[in-house]
Amino acid sequence: MAEHVLSQSPSPAQDIDVVRAREMRRHRINAALRYVLLAGVGLLMLYPLIWLIGASFKTNSEIFSNPGFWPENPTLDGYIKGWQTSTPYSFGTFFLNTLWIVIPKVIGTAISCTAVAYGFARFDFPFKKLLFASLIATLLLPNVVTRIPQYLLFRDLGWLDSYLPLWVPSAFAGDAFFVFMLVQFLRAIPRDMEEAACVDGATTWQTLIFIVVPLLMPALISVCLFQFMWTMNDFLGPLIYISSVDKYPVSLALKLSIDTTEAFEWNRVLAMSVLALTPALAVFFLAQKYFIDGISSGGIKG
Amino acid sequence: MSGDNRFLGLFYLSPYIIGLLVFTTLPFVASLYLSFTNYNLMNEPIFTGLANYIKLFTSDRTFRKSLWVTLVYVFTTVPLKLAFALFMAVILNYKLKFINVFRTAYYVPSILGGSIAIAVLWRYIFADVGLVNMGLQLVGLEPVNWFGDPTNALFTITLLRLWQFGSAMVIFLAALQSIDRTLYEAAAIDGAGKWTSFVHITLPLITPVIFFNLIMQMVQAFQEFNGPYIITQGGPLKSTYLLPIYIYDEAFKRFDMGYASAIAWVLFVIIMALTLIAFWSSRHWVYYAGDKRS
Repeated sequence: MAEHVLSQSPSPAQDIDVVRAREMRRHRINAALRYVLLAGVGLLMLYPLIWLIGASFKTNSEIFSNPGFWPENPTLDGYIKGWQTSTPYSFGTFFLNTLWIVIPKVIGTAISCTAVAYGFARFDFPFKKLLFASLIATLLLPNVVTRIPQYLLFRDLGWLDSYLPLWVPSAFAGDAFFVFMLVQFLRAIPRDMEEAACVDGATTWQTLIFIVVPLLMPALISVCLFQFMWTMNDFLGPLIYISSVDKYPVSLALKLSIDTTEAFEWNRVLAMSVLALTPALAVFFLAQKYFIDGISSGGIKG
Repeated sequence: MSGDNRFLGLFYLSPYIIGLLVFTTLPFVASLYLSFTNYNLMNEPIFTGLANYIKLFTSDRTFRKSLWVTLVYVFTTVPLKLAFALFMAVILNYKLKFINVFRTAYYVPSILGGSIAIAVLWRYIFADVGLVNMGLQLVGLEPVNWFGDPTNALFTITLLRLWQFGSAMVIFLAALQSIDRTLYEAAAIDGAGKWTSFVHITLPLITPVIFFNLIMQMVQAFQEFNGPYIITQGGPLKSTYLLPIYIYDEAFKRFDMGYASAIAWVLFVIIMALTLIAFWSSRHWVYYAGDKRS
């Protein structure tokens, strides 16, 4: 049909119009196909989460019979009884414990990684190349190989069943990835302002706190958010180091709840899973820009 | 500023240097030593030479099974995940409205996927009468015995990883968006089709990102723990008993620290060997614009 139209239009201006119209149509079909595929995959991906929210309000018998979202007989049973747990502690305790693990860890990470990244990005010193190479090596080093001696070290220090093994390594810039991300970000920032401050007699500390940190803020927020997420999700760390139930974070408490009496009280487990996911989801939606920027610029595991 | 004091930089690095020595280097060396010992926490480590390794490779059938399962898991999950992430990134890389909405939606599982709550959810949706089987029956298919069959059980763990393709996809998408459009126009004038442009322009230009994703995903997949530990507990018939779970059981359930360290070192050597092969081979397939190798 297109050829027919072409042969009827002798002037070049009309030719271009026809070509453009054809391209527009092709673009529209192409876009429509992409939308269908994207929406289909999106729905398939997110439906388990949507179903989870609905299922947490269902009765136990409905969870394994109703694939839909809406509960037939909505109940808050799962939330009320799940919150109380079969232990002497409620999920309130476990959430506070998680917070008490996460907050010091994030603060320690932010401070130590900023200082170390500043050192790498702005100073020359002996063994700089070697130390930077060690950073990359640490990045690729599987944790599995250092885990057992770390456990023995913390045992000898008397730190077992406390949060110290979870906090301290991060406070010593132990998450090489974050240091690397901040170094990359700092290298892209011009040094003019820092040099001006130096001329005016500022010490490097003052320069770091009053000039570099504000400039570094977007990357620093990404670091804090990722550390928050990863620590919220961390399971193996608490599993190895925390043994008293009163110190359990949410991740261990959930594992406990699928093992113990709630084994057949499915809606309790699902309701608590919803609550466990909520902080991470809320933070993600409030700050998604920082997540996407963080991984697109530095590249991140996950 | 940088010339003032050669040691000022080291001062700022001091937390890192201390951490590197105490929490990384020392444990790294110690675990190599422990792997040559018999150590059950009760007495001092007893040096036994290669005994642990000999046992691993000659008489330990659990290890053989676990190693095999781990390799199968990594070599299916990583390529599938990268291919799917790249495919979706290519679909998204088009003048579409709501591109950010889709990007965000696909990224959500990567944020949540490592959590215990999601592993718990996976147990429920792949149960015999769970959501997945209900869905299969709705479209007229037979329900699948996900956790009873060894092959299917491992596949549910793989699916959990595939579900988290978003982070790799976002990295691919950023790389795709940075490609110079004029290259495609020039290729189109020369008569190249869509597929030809993809193979000869897109793929070579994003090889650095493919390489990065490949290494990261591989190192991570070899250390998969939460999924199989919660969802299948390593079963059935140890078909999801990945090496990290075996190491955990030996170290923290049977307190056989020496033997666990030996397994950890075998896993470490495999990861390192594959990483080195990837780095070494990268000069043949990774293309750096302007040939800057940094």
